Amino acid sequence: MTEMNEKLVFERPRSVIDRPTHYCPGCHHGIAHRLIGELFDEMGLAENTLMVTSIGCSVFLYNYLNADAVEAPHGRAPAVATGVKRARPDKFVFTYQGDGDLASIGMAEIMHAANRGEKMCVVFVNNTVYGMTGGQMAPTTMIGQITTTTPAGRCQTHEGAPIRMTEIIASLGGTAFAARGALNTVANIKKAKKYLKKAFEFQLNNTGFGFVELLSGCPTNWKMTPLAANERIANEMIPYFPLGIYKDVSEEGGVC
Amino acid sequence: MTKTSERIFVKGNEAIARGALAAKCKCFFGYPITPQNDIPEFMSSEIIKAGGDFVQAESEVAAANMLLGAGASGVRAMTSSSSPGIALKQEAISYMAGSEVPAVIVNMTRGGPGLGDIGPAQGDYYQSTRGGGHGDYRHFTLGPGTVQEAYDLTIRAFDIAFKYRTPVLILGDAILGQMKEPIVPWEPTDVDEDAGRDWAITGRTGGREKRLIKSLFLDEGALAEQNKHLQAKYDSWKDLTEAEQFETEDADLIVCAYGSIGRIAKSAVRKFRKDGHKVGLFRPITLYPFPSDELKALAEQGKRFLTIEHNLGQMVDDVRLAIRTVADSDFYPIYPGNLPTPDELEEPILKCLEGK
Repeated sequence: MTEMNEKLVFERPRSVIDRPTHYCPGCHHGIAHRLIGELFDEMGLAENTLMVTSIGCSVFLYNYLNADAVEAPHGRAPAVATGVKRARPDKFVFTYQGDGDLASIGMAEIMHAANRGEKMCVVFVNNTVYGMTGGQMAPTTMIGQITTTTPAGRCQTHEGAPIRMTEIIASLGGTAFAARGALNTVANIKKAKKYLKKAFEFQLNNTGFGFVELLSGCPTNWKMTPLAANERIANEMIPYFPLGIYKDVSEEGGVC
Repeated sequence: MTKTSERIFVKGNEAIARGALAAKCKCFFGYPITPQNDIPEFMSSEIIKAGGDFVQAESEVAAANMLLGAGASGVRAMTSSSSPGIALKQEAISYMAGSEVPAVIVNMTRGGPGLGDIGPAQGDYYQSTRGGGHGDYRHFTLGPGTVQEAYDLTIRAFDIAFKYRTPVLILGDAILGQMKEPIVPWEPTDVDEDAGRDWAITGRTGGREKRLIKSLFLDEGALAEQNKHLQAKYDSWKDLTEAEQFETEDADLIVCAYGSIGRIAKSAVRKFRKDGHKVGLFRPITLYPFPSDELKALAEQGKRFLTIEHNLGQMVDDVRLAIRTVADSDFYPIYPGNLPTPDELEEPILKCLEGK
């Protein structure tokens, strides 16, 4: 009788493949993957999606999400996705890129794909460090942050200031939606999912380019416990990278 | 099955663009660089009219990666550039070779190294036939010598690209691109526009298994297997070699030259024939795979060889590799920055003949 009354409230999204991930403990890629997988299920996207994966820890996105995928060279995912979307305009296309990939070597590709208003989405995972390569400085590395290539901490006069990508992308004409979320608390995760959903909807409505930045933890390269990493996102990253929606053309009356 | 239309008078660059449209090319990604601008300019209107799409990319790097995306989606797509721009495209070309993405890349070469000049040259032969990017790979390389051939080979390039899931390079130069000639356009009527149905990323419609187009192979032995597979594919191209042989049968001396220089050398050879000299021309049309067997067969008949290129000696390596067990080849370089004429080629050919 009790069994009959039990209600399943939490399960693996069908679009997320049942296998252990290769990510380090406390890494937020798994959460980001899950959010995308949930949206695949809720929005019925899995069979209509073409994913473009990039370089770094997240290249293996295609091992965890059940959708067709192509692998892009370092930083070039927005260009590859442009080709995919132009070739298959009826498909849902998104890239999944880290901070080194998107904001350093791939700066030209992301800026121009957004500016052209490519009808695609970009999920930008910002953990302020090159993860897979072993913890070198990224364009988003915080001032004072110690990395393997900023052993004394990032110094603004020597290495420049951390780049705020969502603000830059929001300023471009082709961008339909740009927002920054974080994956450090349940409340922020829920909000991040809303941003992702909105960006996905803009593509489905053929409105323009959608961009969602997700502030994420890299406890291994930050040399922190997963909980301390979550604290760092709250105390150091969010004040410099404020959360929220930076552009939403549906509220601005829309552009084409 | 083909459909031909009336003769038209067009530049080599336009012939390539028209050939691509005839081959049902649906996406073109370009970036301006002299001397190939006629191709993206023509495509910017004509491919849209034909129901396709055109993007002027932010860089050659981006254009080549757009090509990777379109090719991975199973759509006939092309990019074009010239020497320094092709160098920038090499990263994506290596990825396309590694992940077996079909695509057509046009290189209307100019003089180098570096910024060089915008005049014709053949300095990109090594880059084009050795795999110009990182890793062990080759791609099909076609070297048209006339405007008609530029049209014909572009159509062929798409067929090869999709049959073998490989990038195919068309290697022309500023002479071919800027030269106008009458051509007879034709259209293949049997193009399978859905040729990627078995492998391309098109979405898991109907719940089919997901597909991955990738070049990352981390599992023990997996990359070795992929490389073995790629090399076997390249080996299978041996039978597809093609070369023009002109007056080679009774020739004592064979001039080896490709592309525009092959055509100029042909004029020189004609003149020597008129004067009673036994000179012939061997013009490779497939530069990779190189027509080694055909060339070796000529060497076995006791012929001598002179390779003429618009560079300081690149294809001559392939000529020598082909004939090395029986003969050798002399070499005459035309320096980039100079425009060769048939008359200019007479002296080195005569010297070779007299050196008998």
